[in-house]
Amino acid sequence: MNPANGKPLSIGCGAGFSGDRVDAAPPVVRTLIERGGPAAMMFEMLAERTLALAQLAKKANPDAGFEVLLDLELRPILADCLANGITIVGNFGAANPRAAAQLILRLAKELGLAPPRVAVVEGDDLSTPEGRRIIRTCLKEDFDERRFICANVYQGAFPIAAAIKEGAQVVVTGRVADPSLALGPAIAHYDWRPDDWDRLAGGTMAGHMLECGAQVTGGYFADPGMKDVPDLHDVGFPIAEVAADGSCIVTKASNTGGLVSARTVKEQLLYEIHDPGRYLTPDVVADVNHAEVTEVGPNAVRLSGVRGHPRTPTLKANVFFDGGWMGEAEISYAGPNAEARARLAMDVMRRRCGRDLALRFDLIGTMSILGDDGNQLLASTPTDAATDIRLRVAARHEDAKLIDRMLRELTALWTGGPAGGGGVRVNKRQRLSTKSCLVPRELVPASYQFVE
Amino acid sequence: MKDLIDVPLYRLAHARTGDKGNRSNISVIAYDARHFPLLVEQVTEERVAAHFAYRAPTAVVRYVLPKIAAMNFVLDDVLDGGVNDSLNLDMHGKALSFHLLTMTVQVPASAEPA
Repeated sequence: MNPANGKPLSIGCGAGFSGDRVDAAPPVVRTLIERGGPAAMMFEMLAERTLALAQLAKKANPDAGFEVLLDLELRPILADCLANGITIVGNFGAANPRAAAQLILRLAKELGLAPPRVAVVEGDDLSTPEGRRIIRTCLKEDFDERRFICANVYQGAFPIAAAIKEGAQVVVTGRVADPSLALGPAIAHYDWRPDDWDRLAGGTMAGHMLECGAQVTGGYFADPGMKDVPDLHDVGFPIAEVAADGSCIVTKASNTGGLVSARTVKEQLLYEIHDPGRYLTPDVVADVNHAEVTEVGPNAVRLSGVRGHPRTPTLKANVFFDGGWMGEAEISYAGPNAEARARLAMDVMRRRCGRDLALRFDLIGTMSILGDDGNQLLASTPTDAATDIRLRVAARHEDAKLIDRMLRELTALWTGGPAGGGGVRVNKRQRLSTKSCLVPRELVPASYQFVE
Repeated sequence: MKDLIDVPLYRLAHARTGDKGNRSNISVIAYDARHFPLLVEQVTEERVAAHFAYRAPTAVVRYVLPKIAAMNFVLDDVLDGGVNDSLNLDMHGKALSFHLLTMTVQVPASAEPA
């Protein structure tokens, strides 16, 4: 059943979000080649918001709307992956998988490579008239046609696996569940059945280990003196060796910094998980209540005991709407009585704009991110003697003019506010608001096609 | 009766926050599995809800994973609408894990962590 003499399938991660480091993938690919055996590379580059922005980019330019770093990501590794049979799977197709596939074909040509077999997985985009109809039915009165931007449903691993089985060397997807990017190659390699629940759940959690890149190899973990990580500046990206039973060993690229330990694996295991007995993906319901995390060597941790339950009959869709405008404006105060001056500036802003806008205030240096949009925590925090304070004022509104006015009012503190204010910065941007709903699977089938 | 001393949870556990929509999850993982029972006893849903009272969670649910000496707290409606709606600089609530670690727990003086 294992076509490669019993060697497990190694899946490396090249990116854990859109905008991740583009020099992370080459050491992973080198390590996969050194270790030998069957291998794949996954790229997770599509946060919720990223996809909505990509949809807007595609509306402005029909050839855009896929990951802007795609060329930079794949250029250094494409030849090595193709030469060594390392399948590449990525959601870097975003809103436009076919355009991404074309870029990959052009890149291969430019590098003098034989044309690779590139497949696109489709069926996630529900921005079409038919898709809108489905979303409207699911969201009911929450659906605002006038403000609708896009809707995408999370597809799963099986179309990815089918494309690989048919010979795809690169699989480009739009919205699929992040762990499905790893589960797809595992299904193809081990020929797991659609109801191999425990194995599917194991492969899913292997994907969950990988999907945030460095977050399992010491990134987002380091805390000096408590959780030290060697050479964090050069943190290596992860590789999961997925066994035929769905368990995996998490490792990382050779000759890199970072750390894979029971602690890094546990933190990532529970990242963005709610009920650990019911982690829902399009492929399976994974259950990590009985999972075991065991250090089996330096930078090698085994994750086993993951159980699986039958997948749910629905798929999650994210729907984006135009959310009006958001403005942020900041000014700094330092030295004696700085906090009192910052609080006076806050009062000026409240009196001049507070009637039209719900303002959020932060006194950066005293209280910023722990506060709430309603300013209750700040209001209950007594004035301190902080001597280096940055006031931030933020607001949102449908009407851009009101936001513009708020930004002008903060700018006016240059001359009309408390003494010694400096470093004014203002910005305004369009907001997206989002809703989620569950769509019956049979209404939104996924498919794959090869692109020439 | 053993002498008890107050220590910040930060000394006994590490944590990571995740977000989905307006819901935050915070893992609390014991550095030393021997401390896990006292964490389970003291870091309760009620205390976590009180610790985050200023964010007005509508529900706090705790899941206990003894095999990995970890707990997972799920806090509903604490992100001012979530990543796309919040005016917070930290719209994901990424920093909430370290805020949770400021909670005080009592340990026997003999078991004080290094």
